[in-house]
Amino acid sequence: MNIIALVKQTPDTAKLSRTLNGLQLMADGQPRIVNPWDEYALEIALQLKEKHGGKKVTALSLGRPEAVDALRTGLAMGADEAILVSDPGLAGTDTLGTARALAAAIKKIGAVDIIVAGRSAIDGNNAAVPAQVAALLGLPLVSYVAALKTVDAAGRSMTLARALESGRETVTARLPVVITVVKEIAEPRYPSFMGIRKAAKAPVTTWSLKDLGIDPASLVPQMSWEASLPELREVQCEFIPGTPAEQARRAGDKAP
Amino acid sequence: MSNDIFVWIEHSENQADSIAWEAMTAADGLAAGTGGAVRAIVAGANTRALAEAALRRGAASVFAADDASLAGFRLEAAGALVAGLITAHTPAAFVAGASLRGLELSAWVAARCGAPLAADVTDLSVAKGAIIALRPTLAGNVVSKVTLPGPGTRVISVRKRLFPAAAETASSGDIVSVPAALAEDAIGTKIVSFEPAAAQIALGDARVVVSGGRAVGGPDGFKPIRDLAEAVGGALGASRAAVDAGWIPYAHQVGQTGKTVQPDLYIACGISGAIQHLAGMKTSKTIVAINKDPEAPIFKYARFGLVGDIFQIVPALAAEFRKKLN
Repeated sequence: MNIIALVKQTPDTAKLSRTLNGLQLMADGQPRIVNPWDEYALEIALQLKEKHGGKKVTALSLGRPEAVDALRTGLAMGADEAILVSDPGLAGTDTLGTARALAAAIKKIGAVDIIVAGRSAIDGNNAAVPAQVAALLGLPLVSYVAALKTVDAAGRSMTLARALESGRETVTARLPVVITVVKEIAEPRYPSFMGIRKAAKAPVTTWSLKDLGIDPASLVPQMSWEASLPELREVQCEFIPGTPAEQARRAGDKAP
Repeated sequence: MSNDIFVWIEHSENQADSIAWEAMTAADGLAAGTGGAVRAIVAGANTRALAEAALRRGAASVFAADDASLAGFRLEAAGALVAGLITAHTPAAFVAGASLRGLELSAWVAARCGAPLAADVTDLSVAKGAIIALRPTLAGNVVSKVTLPGPGTRVISVRKRLFPAAAETASSGDIVSVPAALAEDAIGTKIVSFEPAAAQIALGDARVVVSGGRAVGGPDGFKPIRDLAEAVGGALGASRAAVDAGWIPYAHQVGQTGKTVQPDLYIACGISGAIQHLAGMKTSKTIVAINKDPEAPIFKYARFGLVGDIFQIVPALAAEFRKKLN
């Protein structure tokens, strides 16, 4: 079984502060991390290899050249290979362009059984790319996976539990499949010291759009967007004084 | 290319989810801008009553796909159906609610149809034929204004609880039967079982959320928080700190790596107000914060602040609300 973990490098939203707003954080040179959800995807990809008879884990990312750092985290955690799709023609692409390039990269990687991604990325927050990759590749998608139940590599299927708003759905999917995972599924491992050393020297393959046979003109989004800071909500906090009982009574009086 | 707006009617076993009628309102607003009609898409088994409900909620007509293969929501089956209808009719937009299912459905359909996608939007308008959507990104710290000029179908999912639910009217219209797009053996998934969440109010739908944070101190510390939630008929939330400490299951986590909520009232108990938590709740209509530290960042977002010990104030509040509501 070959497994691909999709990994995105995102701004480090933990660094947001009163002196570093969202627009500033998105600018060049600001701290970047592995999208927190994708750490869970990497962990599950590695567990699929270790516990469920997987052969190889490939960490796949799309981004600017510096996204190689996110892939090195994946390698340090234990991924066997890392591939970065990077091309000036990808600047300003939308989720669909991203999904098209990733789908082409997955085809180029070849035999794959399970593609794992985080449930969304903290920057764009579209939760769209894994579903779009599945749609483009004609593969089933099982999203918001909270537990792997069984993996039947010979029978080419797996059973998973999904965490939905109204409850937990158990689904059997045939392989190859795209899955997205939520935080509940596992605790991501820390890269070992040896892992970090190995990852620092490991080669990372980079593919351009030309390598993937994609014409950049085909990726131009049919939409445009501009980013701004959210309007500051003018909230003047009214502090309610008194003993706890008095505070509760006064607060109760404010309720409609 | 038509000016019509297609809307997805999300349901659980033929009971419409509230997000379906919120999406209807969003679709209605777009249709007013494009000069088209709202056409609902209902997929399931034995959906006649649901299709009629969609007409009463304002759809000019309904495409109803009634097939055993559509009985539970499966992305490939639903997606192929919607993509087929979009390809056949080229509506100006397809709108779904940004529930977990609606998010993946809209993304999948956009990819299949080669259409632009605006996901989880909080505001919609039409200007000179272009659809303009606002969507929060970067954990709510940036707003993205997305312009989808067309021509062709634009795919949109709308965030929960931001568009009012479409009211029932006396309107009528046609129910058009359409076949399922995929045969059972062309669908790569099977639903084995569904285990409903314990009978409690879902965070995303709640009008009131009461959340506990680090200051709760342990699993037992959630008892008064849970009690206050019950007293006000609200859902129970938690900060990441409390979830990571193992005091309460992840399903209750509000924030960047948890759920996003926008209740009418959010009561934050012993939550300092880290940016990651604020990302999940700062669009709540009224925020009440209880914290022993008057400098806690949460008070910057709170309409009312109660400085003090949550273990004294929270039970007093529960008693007060019980008195008021009875």
